[in-house]
Order: sequence, then C-alpha cells, then structure tokens
Amino acid sequence: MSIRDAWRSARPTRLGDRGLDTRHRARQIFRRRIMMAALLALVVFAVLVWRAAFLQVDRHAHFSELAESNRTRTLVIPPERGRIFDDAGRVVADNIATFQVQITREDATNLKQELIILQEVLNLDDDTMSDLRERIRFGRSFDPMLVKSDLTPYEMAKIAQLQPWLPGVEIQSSLKRVYPYRQLLAHVVGYVGRINVADLKKINPDLYQGTQYIGKSGIERQYEDELHGKPGHKEVEVDALGRVVKVLNVVRPTPGKDIHLSLDVPLQGIAAATLGGFSGAVVVEDPETGAIKAMVSRPSFDPNLFVDGISQKNYQALLNDPERPLYDRAMAATYPPGSTIKPVMALAGLQAGILDPNKKFFAGPYFQIPGDAHHYRDWQKWGHGWVTLDDAITQSCDVYFYDLAFRLGIDKLHQFLTEFGLGAKTGIDLPGESTGLVPSREWKRKTKGQVWYPGETVIAGIGQGYMLTTILQLAQTTATLAESGKRYRPWLVKTNAAIEPPIVMNQPGYWQDVRHGMFDVVNGPKGTARRIAAPYLIAGKTGTAQVFTVAQNARYNAKDLAKKLHDHALFIGFAPYDDPKIAVAVIAEHGGSGAGTTAPMARKIMDYYLGYRANNPVKVELINHGD
Amino acid sequence: MAIKFALKPPKAIRECLHRNGPLGSGQHWQRTAAQTLAFVRRINYDPILLFFLMLIAAIGLVAGYSASDQSVIWVEKSAFRFALAFLLMLAIAQIPQRFFFTIAPWLFGFVVLLLVAVYLFGDIGKGARRWLDLGFIRFQPAEILKLGMPMMLAWFLAKRPLPPRFFDVVLALMLIAVPTILIILQPDLGTAILVMMAGLFVLFFAGLSWWYVLGFGVAVSAAAPLMWFYVMHDYQKERVLTLFNPMADPLGAGYHTIQSMIAIGSGGVWGKGWLQGTQSHLNFLPEGTTDFILAVYAEEFGLLGLIILFGLYLAVIWRGLTIAANAESTAGRMLAAAISMTFLVYVFVNAGMVIGILPVVGVPLPLMSYGGTALVTIMIALGMLMSIRTQRSFLGHER
Repeated sequence: MSIRDAWRSARPTRLGDRGLDTRHRARQIFRRRIMMAALLALVVFAVLVWRAAFLQVDRHAHFSELAESNRTRTLVIPPERGRIFDDAGRVVADNIATFQVQITREDATNLKQELIILQEVLNLDDDTMSDLRERIRFGRSFDPMLVKSDLTPYEMAKIAQLQPWLPGVEIQSSLKRVYPYRQLLAHVVGYVGRINVADLKKINPDLYQGTQYIGKSGIERQYEDELHGKPGHKEVEVDALGRVVKVLNVVRPTPGKDIHLSLDVPLQGIAAATLGGFSGAVVVEDPETGAIKAMVSRPSFDPNLFVDGISQKNYQALLNDPERPLYDRAMAATYPPGSTIKPVMALAGLQAGILDPNKKFFAGPYFQIPGDAHHYRDWQKWGHGWVTLDDAITQSCDVYFYDLAFRLGIDKLHQFLTEFGLGAKTGIDLPGESTGLVPSREWKRKTKGQVWYPGETVIAGIGQGYMLTTILQLAQTTATLAESGKRYRPWLVKTNAAIEPPIVMNQPGYWQDVRHGMFDVVNGPKGTARRIAAPYLIAGKTGTAQVFTVAQNARYNAKDLAKKLHDHALFIGFAPYDDPKIAVAVIAEHGGSGAGTTAPMARKIMDYYLGYRANNPVKVELINHGD
Repeated sequence: MAIKFALKPPKAIRECLHRNGPLGSGQHWQRTAAQTLAFVRRINYDPILLFFLMLIAAIGLVAGYSASDQSVIWVEKSAFRFALAFLLMLAIAQIPQRFFFTIAPWLFGFVVLLLVAVYLFGDIGKGARRWLDLGFIRFQPAEILKLGMPMMLAWFLAKRPLPPRFFDVVLALMLIAVPTILIILQPDLGTAILVMMAGLFVLFFAGLSWWYVLGFGVAVSAAAPLMWFYVMHDYQKERVLTLFNPMADPLGAGYHTIQSMIAIGSGGVWGKGWLQGTQSHLNFLPEGTTDFILAVYAEEFGLLGLIILFGLYLAVIWRGLTIAANAESTAGRMLAAAISMTFLVYVFVNAGMVIGILPVVGVPLPLMSYGGTALVTIMIALGMLMSIRTQRSFLGHER
C-alpha cells in the first residue's frame, strides 16, 4: 500500500468516523496523521530548496564576489617583549633574532622523505623525530610545525641548499629571550619559558596569540603584563593554494614596555664575587629611597637554560645539586637572624622603658632564669663584665640581651618586632617572598599545640630559637636603623616605591643610642667588626646563626665540625654613619663568624658603592657573558 | 570438513552443507549460490530504504573526500564506519519488533536513572555535564533517549484506547517532561528538544486531538520568551541573535553562518565542481567534514546537487512513513512514524543551520556528517524501521 492508498482509505466515508469501531477509527486517524506528516516533510524540503535557490540563484553573484574576496587571511604578529635594564642602562634581558625550521604538511610533496633529509641535516635524534611526526599527524595540515629552533648558520645554509628537495620546509626568524649576565641576576630578573597549560588558564588568549614565552619567575613574572605588549595582525590575500599573494593591511603590534631596575650590575657582580665559594645572599638597599641596588643569591643558575624548555638532564642536575642553586637565598630562604637582631631588641627594650642605656649591667658567663638550672651561655666563655647598652651591642653581649628579652617578655617582643616589619613580607616587587617568622604564644599554640616557655623568650633575645628572617628583611631593618625609623618599601622598579609609616620611638635619642652601638661595632676598640673600620664611617652588627645546638657544658670547636655544621655568618651594616647611603645585609652559609667572614664582604661592597678605592682593590671576577 | 566455523553456521548454510556434501563436489557451487541467495532472502531488510540510504552515504563520502582536503585515510575511515553502521542497521532489522517494546520501559527507566546520575556526578566536558564515565566507556545517556523516548511512548500508548484519553495524555506528557527537564539541566537544550520532539511525535500519531496540538503550539509560543530569559544560556542566545544578524560579529558568533552561506551562494546552480570549492579548501569553512558538510557539498555541486540530495532524504522519509502506514501493530506504526519524523527533524535542523535559517546547533546531517554516536543512533532507528516493516499484518493486510 502506498501513501496514496492510505490517503484514499483515510478519506472520511459517508458513514463518518463515528460509525466505525474504535480500533478502525484510531487507524484511520493515524493514516490521516501520516498524510499530514508527509505534507509537512514536503513543506520542509520545499522551504529548504527555496532558501537554497535564494542563496544560489538570486544572491549567487553577491556570494561569488564574497567568496573571491574571501581569500584573505589574518596572521598574528606577536609583540616584542619589553627589555629589562639595570640602573645604568645595561641590558639584563634582551631579545635576539634566532632562526627556526618549520614544515607544513599541506605543502610537502613527499613528507616521509623530507623528514629523513631534515633528520640527517639537523642531527635530530629519534625521540624528537617521533614527537615531530606525532605533531604533524595531529596538527592541522596547513599549520607549520616547528622542527628545530636556534639554527646555526651552517644548518641554515644546508637547508637553503636543499630547498628544491624540501617543498613545505621554511626558515622563520623569531626573537628569543637572552640573559647576557647569565647566573649573576638569575634570581632577580628570573626567566621566561614556554607557555604551559597552567599559564593558559591565567592569561587572556587574545593577547598571547603567536607568543611563545611567558614570564615564569622574578621580574619577568612580576611585570609580565607590562613586558608582554599587545599583538598586532596582518591581513593578507592568499591564492587558491593558500600562498600569500599580497599584504592588505597591517596593524602593528604594541611592543612591551621596557623595565628599568634599580639594580647596579657591577655592584651585583662585586657582591657575588665577595661571597666567593660560600652559599649565601647579599642584599644592598639604598636606605634613602628603598631602592634595591644589589640582590645576590649564591649559588645561582643560568636562566638561559629555561627559555626554550630546560632539558631533563640539566633540570635534574639543578634539582639534585645539594647547594640548591634554584633556591633564592635573598628572600625565599629564611634564617635565624642571630645577633644581628640585637639592635632591634635594644630598641624594643628602650621603647618599653625597661632599659636605661647608660646603666651598667653585669654580664657574667651565663644567664639563668630565676629558679631554673639551665645555663644560657654567652659566646665569650668568661663573660663581658660590667657593660652599658653601647658596650652590649659593640661586644655582642649575649647575657645582656638574654636578660633584656626575659624582662621584656615574648608578647611585647613580638609586638615590637612585628611593628618593625619582621615576620611579614617587605612588599618588594618580586614573586615568592617569604614572610619569615616572629614567634608568639599564639603562633606556638596554633602550629605546635604547646604553651610558650620562658626559655624560648630568652633565646629569642639573641635571634635564635624559632625566629626567622629573610636577608631582604635584614637589609630593610638595617635601612630603617640607618634612617632612624624612616621606612621605604624596597623596590626594583620605580613604580613599586612607596613610603611606609615610620617607626616612632618615645624618645628620638633611642635611635642614636642604638646606632652608636652599631658604630662602635666597627669603630670601637672592642667592636666585633673592628677589622673592617674604613676611612668613611661604617656602622654595623655581626651575627652568627647557630645551625645546631651546642650541648650544655660542651665546647664549640670549629675545626672538629664538618663544614655543613658550621654556623651561618651574618652581617648587617650601613654607611656612611652620618648620612647613610647604603644598607647591606650579608649571609654566608656555614661561614663561621660574622666578624671574620661576612663583615669584610660588606666592606668591599660599601667600598665600591661609595667610590672608595683601597690600595688593595677588590678583584672583580666579571662574569663572561654573551654566548 | 574443509571449513571450520568459529561459530555455529547459520541454518541455511548448515542445511546447504548437509545436502551438498563436502565442498567442491559436483554442482556444489551452483547449489551453494542458490542457497546463499535463499539465505540472503531470509535476511530481513527493506531494499528501497537501503538503496536510498546507500546513495546518501555514497554522496557523503564523495563530499567528505573533498571536505577532508582529499584525505584517502579519511575516506577509508569513514567508509569503514558506514559499513559498520549499515551492518548494525541490518542486525537491528533482524530483531522482532516486539522486543523493542518489551525492553522500552526498562530502557527508559534505566536511562532516566542514568540522567539523574549524570546530574549528580557526571563528567564535565566543554562546560556541560553530559557525560557519564563508567571507567571503560564514556557516553551521553541523553543520546539513548532519542530512541528510548519514542519507544517508551509507543509502548505506553499502544496499551491504551486510542485516540488517547485526557488522563493518558497527561501521563504521556509527564513521561516526556521528566527526562527533558533532566537533559535541559545538563545543559543540553538541543538534545532536550530532539528528545521532546520524538515523544510529541508519538503522541501526535496516536491521534492526539487537534485541540491539544493547537494548545501545544500556543504553549510553545508562550514559553519561548520564558525560555529566553530563564532557561537559555548566553551562548545559546548569542546563536539565535546571530541568526537574525550574522554580520554583527563576523569573526565571532556569526562566522560559521556567514562562511557557510558564502560557500552555498557562490556554488550557484551547477556548483563549482567536485574538489573545486574554495571556501572549504582555503579553510574558511570550519568543521567541513562534520556539521557543515552540506555547505561543502552545496558549494561544489550547486543547487542541482542539493535538490538531488534533498530528494533522497525525502525519499527516505517517504519510505519510512509508508512503512508506518502499513505497519500492523499499533505501537510499531507509531514508532515507525515517529522515527521518520525525527529523521526529518535532523535533516531540517542541520540543513537549516547550514543555509542560515536556524541557529547554529550541533546536530549532524544523517549519513553525511562524520560522527560516531549520532550515526549509531540513526542507524539503530532505521534498523527498527526495517524490523517494523517486516512484521506487517499476517492476518489480513487491510482492515
């Protein structure tokens, strides 16, 4: 039976539907519905054909024209990344042209053979080739695929020579990020790397069209938005095979902004050189502005390795190095500040009104909490005798500060140090800064679930125990001491400069009491750092951070200990004393004593910065750069 | 015996071997041919439907070869898929139609449970929660309902006096509404509408009073603004707006529509010739082998080609409706008619999108577009249609 029959039999009979039994009636309705459906199908197809005819007959000329002019493509022109300069205009992050080979599947006549030729010419290993084959297979046929970047002139010449046998293979120039000073500025300037999946989630894909790199660490990451710029585009006319025939319109990209750092490369070089073989960090700050003039973390690494994706071998070597070169010791690492915290402790005592700077205090060989047998020993076995505050700072008298901290109590101590900016980020314009730690009762209860013991207050007085600071924080503290309470947020790029609320002491003279103590550390006859006394006036404070605890009644003998158990040597200092221009904080890991190791380092840095040329100048090992 | 069958051979071949003795003896081949023919005859299929479907698939391969930038690999893969799909269709055609209605309520219930499961802990892909990951396979339960829905309704309504009474209509509408709402929640408006349409078609063919049909029409026009403001997502609204003014955002939302219309329009009456289309070969037309294959075809084969292709689709639908008209069982005829109309909806929605009269939705063109799940669904549906055709009335052809 056909639909025509169905229609015929579905036509209402003379008897009408009512006369038929229900089953028949339902079937008849169904047939009528089928007819309706068939009609609907006809209408639908009629509409489709009518519309197609409208497009293809009526508007044919119009659309043909559009199809002709449709032979334009938009190509993205990625922006040039902003460069990074130091204080004197030296380029510390540059873009240089490199050449890369790429292959387009669509245009290759004999892909297999061409890949074999390329492998031969470019010395590619089998892994790279199989990866390339995968990318070609899964990529779009008209997208060029990267075969090798950083071509040598020899390779370029070879490819050019073989061009007739390599249709679809082309050489493209692109800009590559280069860090000419290599490891010298690795932790500060950071590096760029290929955009990965995690980056893709954060960025605006429109802005990153055609861009390969994104800042991964340091300044490169912090100022990514400024450095990146905005892509432009080029409208080109292509022929039927997709080849560019004519450039129709170009919208130039907006290059990224250049960034000028406060760093001074020679100073940075001297700071790195003075550290010598020690692992450690140096931070040099201009106390009058907060500008960071040098920020060294040793050992370092070559950021150029990361730009095009670091090889697994190199990365493992960096990760497994026991000295941890990737670790930024200047602001990510935290250390016990040791005796360098004593000037701040003294200020805390003065502010709390429990310290009379001129009152003599008898400092014996050890301090005892009343009712406790434990001996908190002084670094000098026989003690310091009767000392004033000035003497205590000058000789770094531990017992004096044990007593001070004990009388002050942890709560006031915590409050003052926090006010001073310790235990919080300084706000420098770099990612990955640590907060350090100023312990408190509450902190201990939260993290350790224990109550605070008075003994812990005592050792906090000499910067031991739980207390931790970054070297940057110490430099900032030094700058604050140098400026008698005026504070500036540390910055590498001018836009981050800001004045912070100053620290106001109850009596302005307190600053002078403490600063003079620091002056005597270098210039006094008993000062711990008297050997670095210079024609200009340096004020400072040595420090030694214990790496392990000396048992009661045991003696510390440096010679008997393995190097990794030696104390960390610290030094903070500023100069000139009357009108401070430079604040320095230095740590040399396992360097022994601050007086012997780090204080001379600080002296060399200050010499250079203040333009003082000693008879025996610092021999600067200038870092070879360029290749 | 020379041939060892891994499985038990079909009865026809068993008998053949039994009667003819070992292979190669006497008039063996002649007889075998005859008996194989007898076996093939016993395979249940609808030659007319099969013929038209194969023609469409052939056109699909020809257009796909061009759309895939003349990739032989693509054609091989696609042909292999088509072959598998046709085998699947024939396999389904062998199943007695009773079976579809026996499993209908179980399948339906199971899928609704799955939809609830997807709603609660489905995988999120492309911003929508559609997939259910069973560890070894990921699938969209909603896809099953495109067939499960008409099966269920046909089973449900066939057991009741027709035309359906008010109470039955209410029950049927609830059966349609529950999964539809679950699918809208995923959110997958396109599939939800297809599933709902499939169910409503069954109701329509069951002889739903015209008043209801009219009422439904009114309800849809009333619901449209509500849908706009409360149900539709921004991307869906954008697609609809784009339809009215594709030039508003020629590089964004309107891009597909504009490029597709340029491709079709520039094809003219006779087309640019096979492999000569510029729109697709210069990659202006995205998804040339999938949702927009019709544009590639229309560019190269012109209006004439389109009319031929639409004619073939119309023939398939016509044949489906004929099968429905002739089917004996109440459930069978309703299902057959609903399947035919669903097929029409697929073609209309895809073609309408390509020629710019419907918004861009991801509905493939049956047998032309390269796609896995959709092809399987369509072929199972067509297999059911063939199965329904076979079980015509054995008692009295006409009543």
